[in-house]
Amino acid sequence: MSLLPWLILFLPLAGAVGITLFTQRDRDLSAKISIAAVWLSFFFSGLLCLFTSGTFKDAGLSAEWLTVGDLVVDFGFIIDPLSSLMLFIVTGVGGLIHIYSYGYMHEDRAVSRFFASLSLFTFAMLGVVLANNLLMMFIFWELVGVSSYLLIGFWYEKESAADAAKKAFITNRLGDFGFILGIILVWATLGGLNFSVLKETLAKNPGAMGGLATAAGLLLFCGAMGKSAQFPLHVWLPDAMEGPTPVSALIHAATMVAAGVYMLCRVFFLLDVPGSHAQLGYMVMAVGLAAPGAAMFHLATHAFFKALLFLGAGSVIHALHHEQDIWKMGGLKSKLPTTYRTFLIGTLALCGVPPLSGFYSKDGILAAASPSGSHPNPFLFILVVGVAALTAFYMARLFLVAFLGKAKDHCVDHAHESPGVMIWPLRILGTLSVIAGFMGLEQMLGRFFGDEHAHSLGYIAQLFAPFGHAPLAAFFGLFATVLGFSVAYALYANASTDPLPAKLGFLARAMRDRFYFDEIYTGLIRLTHEAISYVASWIDRWLVAGLVVRGTHGTTELFGRALRLVQTGNLQTYAFLLVLGVALLLFIILK
Amino acid sequence: MHVGLEHYLVVSALLFSLGLLGVLARRNVLVMYMSLELMLNAANLALVAFSRFNNNLNGQVMVFFIITVAAAEVSVGLALIVALYRKRQTAHVEDLTAMKL
Repeated sequence: MSLLPWLILFLPLAGAVGITLFTQRDRDLSAKISIAAVWLSFFFSGLLCLFTSGTFKDAGLSAEWLTVGDLVVDFGFIIDPLSSLMLFIVTGVGGLIHIYSYGYMHEDRAVSRFFASLSLFTFAMLGVVLANNLLMMFIFWELVGVSSYLLIGFWYEKESAADAAKKAFITNRLGDFGFILGIILVWATLGGLNFSVLKETLAKNPGAMGGLATAAGLLLFCGAMGKSAQFPLHVWLPDAMEGPTPVSALIHAATMVAAGVYMLCRVFFLLDVPGSHAQLGYMVMAVGLAAPGAAMFHLATHAFFKALLFLGAGSVIHALHHEQDIWKMGGLKSKLPTTYRTFLIGTLALCGVPPLSGFYSKDGILAAASPSGSHPNPFLFILVVGVAALTAFYMARLFLVAFLGKAKDHCVDHAHESPGVMIWPLRILGTLSVIAGFMGLEQMLGRFFGDEHAHSLGYIAQLFAPFGHAPLAAFFGLFATVLGFSVAYALYANASTDPLPAKLGFLARAMRDRFYFDEIYTGLIRLTHEAISYVASWIDRWLVAGLVVRGTHGTTELFGRALRLVQTGNLQTYAFLLVLGVALLLFIILK
Repeated sequence: MHVGLEHYLVVSALLFSLGLLGVLARRNVLVMYMSLELMLNAANLALVAFSRFNNNLNGQVMVFFIITVAAAEVSVGLALIVALYRKRQTAHVEDLTAMKL
């Protein structure tokens, strides 16, 4: 029983090590080892969930790992509904992505390396999920960064991929720096790093962190910002598409981006201090709105349909021999029927069409912000509705252009449906995307975060629950979706080129160049870099080379030159100086 | 006039100063060497004077040794000067600056 978390965590690592050391040559075996490792982890997660149902405790699951003075760091696991859910998402969705990659990456030379990185990534994510203290979480957090670097830069021969990997890693490091500072601050103020200990300390003395609560919250949030790719550290995410498509699915959907939200939910009690909400609220809305249950729920459903969409996109790319321009597609509906159907489900789920899962999870967040919700905030409410409309618009655009209409390029003619290993993950994720909304996840998470009102409803009642308890939110959510769909239909139903850039003019150009964030960052970095190097060069030139090096040399030489004058070589001068010295001594002694 | 220790010492000091002046001012190495001997003998004179006025023979014994050593020293020194002259064709001290770096 207490062995299970260790198995869950270390099986993928064993897979990664085994592949790297022994089966590098055998591509097929490497893939199978990696897939077996992740699914065994999934299986053990299931067992763990069965064994611990109802009595979630982390007793007996930790070992002392590091002791430095007062600081004691455990290597231990936390098993609760939150981490159990994440275990299932990471191993389940991750496992489907593994299987999918087996088909997608089949022709690549370096499949072994790919699966080793994939296993390492799974290991790191499981570590983040299971960690029972902040420092352990941070270590695995960094490991996630490293393995995502390996995955994004998998095709490192391509310069753009190598650059994207570096960008992702460095941007993440920026966030992680805040994270570690936050951890240090928490440790300094509360004297512990274990989540359970921290929780108790804060429960006994809510004001224990004093005025530093906001700072600590913001710093921890900074870490989440890097991993979840939130403004202003979002710049790495679009570039991360340079990796193989399954990697995009893994990073965007299942895990890495989710790691940030998971971390915030994990340390939610730390942030739940008066004063820090206001700042955080605008950033990670749901957690900021004191609705971590809703946040985790959306994270779970999001993992299903976002992974589904990415894998579907990968399937299309695979079928079209790595053609990625949607304006060369069209009419894929008949060529790729299964991909078409599952992609449709993913699109509808992402856009929040009932009764698919996206509707329920998005509604949870909307309801929290709506005027009748737990934390009414009209600004955020409008923001979310607007974003929902935009989502519906761009997804509908993608779908209309790529799958419907006429084929715009002859590459579509040769398209064929992807093999079974790629199609089945799509089907499973599609099914999950449909049913996840009314499986009762929301209530489970709600109870975990101490919401007494959460209670299980029947499946049928669950279907209509959103309209019952927050009609305004449900209505606005649907309205946004319909609005997005209809605008997209009007623009793209029969378009053969994109009509929008011409209409938006400057805005389109700005968006194409990603609002010039890369340029701004490049400029900022260059400016600071130049300022720092200017100072450093000044110090080097004037203090080090000038004062220390040349100063020493100069003084020595000056003395040398002066003393050289004494050495005339003239016997009589020496004799004269000798007599002078004797006279001086005599004068001193006889005085 | 009674001749006392002071007179001898004054003569000795005069001789010593003359010798020193010769060493410092004369340019010829040979003459410098002679001045050096003069300084030695000034010291001898002082020692003999002390010996005589203190009724102690130690000073005179010391002088014998000094004269002996000085004789040996003169032979070596003159030999060096002659050798130097043969090599450099000069006995002027300004030309002997080999100790300068």
